[in-house]
Amino acid sequence: MLQEHAKLVQFISLADGVTGRKKLQKMIYIAKKMDFPFQEKYELHIYGPYSEELTLRIEELCEMGFLAENCEDKGSYVQYSYGVTGEGRDFIGDADEVPDTLGECIGRMKEKSSRFLELVSTLLYFDYLPREEQIAKVHIVKNKLNYTDEEMDQAFAFIGELSACIRQ
Amino acid sequence: MMDYATQKLSEEKVFKDPVHRYIHVRDQVIWDLIATREFQRLRRIHQLGTTYLVFHGAEHSRFNHSLGVYEIVRRIIDDSFSGRPQWNDSERLVTLCAALLHDLGHGPFSHAFEKVFDLDHELFTQKILLGDTGVNSVLRRVSEDFPRKVADVIGKTYPDKLVVSLISSQIDADRMDYLQRDAYFTGVSYGHFDMERILRVMRPSEEQAVIKQSGMHAVEDYIMSRYQMYWQVYFHPVSRSAEVILVKILQRAKVLSEEGYTFKQEPVHFKSFFDKTYDLADYIALDEYILMTYFETWIREDDEILSDLCDRFVNRRLFQYIDFNPAKEYRKLGELDALFRKAGIDPDYYLVVDSSSDLPYDFYRPGEEEERLPIHLLMRDGELRELSRESDIVDAISGKRRTDHKLYFPEDMLREGKKKKVLRQQILSILNT
Repeated sequence: MLQEHAKLVQFISLADGVTGRKKLQKMIYIAKKMDFPFQEKYELHIYGPYSEELTLRIEELCEMGFLAENCEDKGSYVQYSYGVTGEGRDFIGDADEVPDTLGECIGRMKEKSSRFLELVSTLLYFDYLPREEQIAKVHIVKNKLNYTDEEMDQAFAFIGELSACIRQ
Repeated sequence: MMDYATQKLSEEKVFKDPVHRYIHVRDQVIWDLIATREFQRLRRIHQLGTTYLVFHGAEHSRFNHSLGVYEIVRRIIDDSFSGRPQWNDSERLVTLCAALLHDLGHGPFSHAFEKVFDLDHELFTQKILLGDTGVNSVLRRVSEDFPRKVADVIGKTYPDKLVVSLISSQIDADRMDYLQRDAYFTGVSYGHFDMERILRVMRPSEEQAVIKQSGMHAVEDYIMSRYQMYWQVYFHPVSRSAEVILVKILQRAKVLSEEGYTFKQEPVHFKSFFDKTYDLADYIALDEYILMTYFETWIREDDEILSDLCDRFVNRRLFQYIDFNPAKEYRKLGELDALFRKAGIDPDYYLVVDSSSDLPYDFYRPGEEEERLPIHLLMRDGELRELSRESDIVDAISGKRRTDHKLYFPEDMLREGKKKKVLRQQILSILNT
């Protein structure tokens, strides 16, 4: 019961909080692509892979009091951040254990900017294509973000790092 | 090669359609695509899944809907966009093909099937377009890269964003068809709006189709129709009950197969999905007729859970439901889970929380974190304005998500079971039924 909710609370707990809705969306997507068992369905939206189901579950977890949402006015936009509450920690007390590697992947993702994670997740969305075609797709769907060749290389290197981390 | 792309039928063909009156086909490519086995398969997949168990008229298929989306896009291109400088008429055929084929990858009772086997119908649409299929061979007669172009439009990665927006946006041909078609076949009085007016005031722009300011009220009506249809039809709690049972049947069959259970009717069509070795041919081979045949025969299986769930689905003995507030009642759920187990009723199959949620309209302004492209109005001075800035009605419902949670359970089993009556009574009193 509510196992999928518990996985999200565990994720945010391991991350010691996540700042930015977009960042959270991309982190879960990347974790899912790294074969961690998240069930939320994703589609391609403005900022890359996006899950309505994830948005809904996060709202529910806030309503349940397991997650705390804070919003900060950044002038031109509002930034949301999520942390686990005391009740949330109780809630995941009996949940299934998560693989050790998840914590390490989360730590690596958390250090990165949401712009970078947007690039990584969008590349992963097209991971059934050869590398050159993946890059071409990103340039088409993200034509306004002007990602550089260097950023592309860094994103592929990061995907490699995460894959290696899981294989440990 | 190029001749095939522009080849017209010697006489226009028409399909009589209850929503659009007539669906007109002049292009040989479109006619040939309709004749493929992958497109004909859509006749055997309900447009609204289990909704026919509530609204008995909802027997229409994804075949009907796909033709409807094609017809709307054809009218937009040929009647509203043609000759305007922002529209590139060389995109006509790829847009029509994408409209016709956008739902090709839907499986039987797609929502439930995708959920249990972790599949994605959009990915299967792409695979059918690009794989060894009848559809692919028709598209390749246009040009070698044409299947990829159609797949990119449907995958929202086509360079011309205007083309993508006709198939996939907050005011696209897909939604305009399904709202009207589903309203017609369910018989409800919601879902109707003045599509002719919307098409008349739709204009091409660089990134998406936009609506002339004078058409704002028709768009308001469309958004309100969508809002009503979601809550009156698509999220109807009884059809959700049928879907819950459907999910549980598939999960039970999968578990039994993994445990080595000997089926009287072997799940031959499902095997590759159970062990994740399926290929495109396995997927295309499935339709709702096949699933229903299995469900009917599985009623006579020895496994009581599978037999009961199939009987419920085939003979419409659905689960009862109550409103459920996860925030306040999640502890109650744990308590019920334990009581169900004590009473000998497996809660993994007979106690289910189902949630439905929808955003009627969402806006996006640069710098914000939201994710959808908004509807833009074309003002008299040529400026584009986001719809909710101009419409009070749309502003009132913009960005407001509505969610509904239900807890499903077999009330009949709890009332009629002969064993552990006290426990069952206790469960019923917690469920407040």
